[in-house]
Amino acid sequence: MGSRKNRNFFNSQKVAPYVFVSPFILSFLVLTLYPTIKAFIMSFQNILPGQVTFIGWNNYIRAVKSPTFYIALKNSTIYMVLTVVILVAIPIILAVILDSNLTKFKTFFRSSLFIPSLTSVVVAGIIFRMIFAESDTAVANQVIGWFGLEPMNWRNTGWSAMFLMVLLATWRWLGVNILYFLAGLQNIPNELYESAEIDGANVFQKFTNITLPFLKPIIIFVTTISIIGGFRVFEESFVFWETSSPGNIALTLVTFLYQQGIHQNDMGYGAAVGVIVLLIVFVVSFINLLLSGAFKRSDT
Amino acid sequence: MMRKHKKKIYTALISIFMLIVTLIALFPLISLLVSSFRPASDLFRYGITFNIDFRDLVLENYKYIFTEATLYWKWYGNSLIVSALTIVLSLFFSSMVGYALAVYDFKGRNLLFVIVVFIIMVPFEILMLPLYQLMTSLRLIDTYTGIILPSIISASAVFFFRQYAMGLPMELMDAARIDGSTEYGIFFRIMLPLMAPSLAAMAILQGMFSWNNFVWPLLVIRSSSMFTLPVGLQTLLTPYENNYDVLISGSIMTIVPIVILFIVFQRYFVAGLTTGGVKG
Repeated sequence: MGSRKNRNFFNSQKVAPYVFVSPFILSFLVLTLYPTIKAFIMSFQNILPGQVTFIGWNNYIRAVKSPTFYIALKNSTIYMVLTVVILVAIPIILAVILDSNLTKFKTFFRSSLFIPSLTSVVVAGIIFRMIFAESDTAVANQVIGWFGLEPMNWRNTGWSAMFLMVLLATWRWLGVNILYFLAGLQNIPNELYESAEIDGANVFQKFTNITLPFLKPIIIFVTTISIIGGFRVFEESFVFWETSSPGNIALTLVTFLYQQGIHQNDMGYGAAVGVIVLLIVFVVSFINLLLSGAFKRSDT
Repeated sequence: MMRKHKKKIYTALISIFMLIVTLIALFPLISLLVSSFRPASDLFRYGITFNIDFRDLVLENYKYIFTEATLYWKWYGNSLIVSALTIVLSLFFSSMVGYALAVYDFKGRNLLFVIVVFIIMVPFEILMLPLYQLMTSLRLIDTYTGIILPSIISASAVFFFRQYAMGLPMELMDAARIDGSTEYGIFFRIMLPLMAPSLAAMAILQGMFSWNNFVWPLLVIRSSSMFTLPVGLQTLLTPYENNYDVLISGSIMTIVPIVILFIVFQRYFVAGLTTGGVKG
């Protein structure tokens, strides 16, 4: 079959790497690059079955003039800020405790805190819907009852709708972020703590002067993925309310995209919302990286 | 002596604190497990509650799901097929790329890095509608291929494999070349087996992601016999109580395989998550 020359060509160390990466490149072109470009093109189109017309910036103008879009933007932004703060602060504290020499049963605690991350968002939603059910005897209403509060309708109240989404996200991501911070804590040399102790530093001084500066790269990493994830929030809203929540209390940018693009079959408008989400994500992550000094060479 | 005593008190306090945190974190899953033995109609009416009479616990939900709920098992099968195919394909594609990046010096290597970063940066949501259009025109809506295709490239897996492959013994390659082995033979017969731990770590993570994957299957699947578990379970959340037996026992059985995998292969989970993410 194949001549010897041919064989040598494909077998050379110059050609082999390209053969190895070609399936990946091909699928990247078809499944990532093409759809990305297509999304930008679609956002300037009015797409009806069998009839596509270019309408310039109209989809974008429609979005920035729509009050519903701003509700979605507001909800996604609040969700992003809350999840960033909570999912950085709590995991750092728990990771530091788990890393301490004083803590026993480290593996058990670490594994137990990670287990919620294995749960599918749908199953998590099912559980949370039943814990926060309307009934007076559901767990959440029982708990607030101990404090003398009236049972409430968690899924139909503005603030508690946001609370439910953030709580669900916190529950599912806490264990993963603890792992990230634990990995970062391994890089801190023990001698630093020892010499600080000799100098008479207390627990909080050690935390702010040694632990936090060393964890900075990981804090930047976790903050960045939480910002991106925050603006992309969809599932946490969908599992509680599908695509329509009362008074849009849980409408997020991606829920809005889904409503317009899939339910209303207005693909062009949906694509424009998608491009806006992309721009917001890029700008906010960039500002975050700039402010945290991630671009400075000395930090790396 | 005083110091030692003090240390013991701190350890006790920390243990109690961590135990409380752990109990809160595990409460939703424990309560789901306990509730799965309650009558479905109760669950529908009262939700998950502390008022449980343990004498009332029954096996009805499980009996029903194992005898009557054929559709649920169809979903289970779909999820298994989709997860297995995703694992095989994404590992095959990304291990070759990670390996090539680690051991070969070739033109376009930096471009490849740019591509990998690009894949990480672009949110799936922007690709959703064009991909949906693409699948429609390729007539892949409602097929396994349609569900699997977008998840066959995983940039984080490429990073992970590259990291791991850089630690491979390169001398073996030259020795194999002298013995007349081809570049592909070196990879498949010598290097890939050496990469087994990294393959295991990624297999577990990719498996978990695709087992739990929700948004994309929700978009491309139409008929209820093609649903994966998350999509199917979500449709059971109707305002009527007739589905709650399958919903609750079915949720438990969705989690069980992953929790078992996690307990058995814990260190792979940890390695897969932290190496890919932090050092990547």
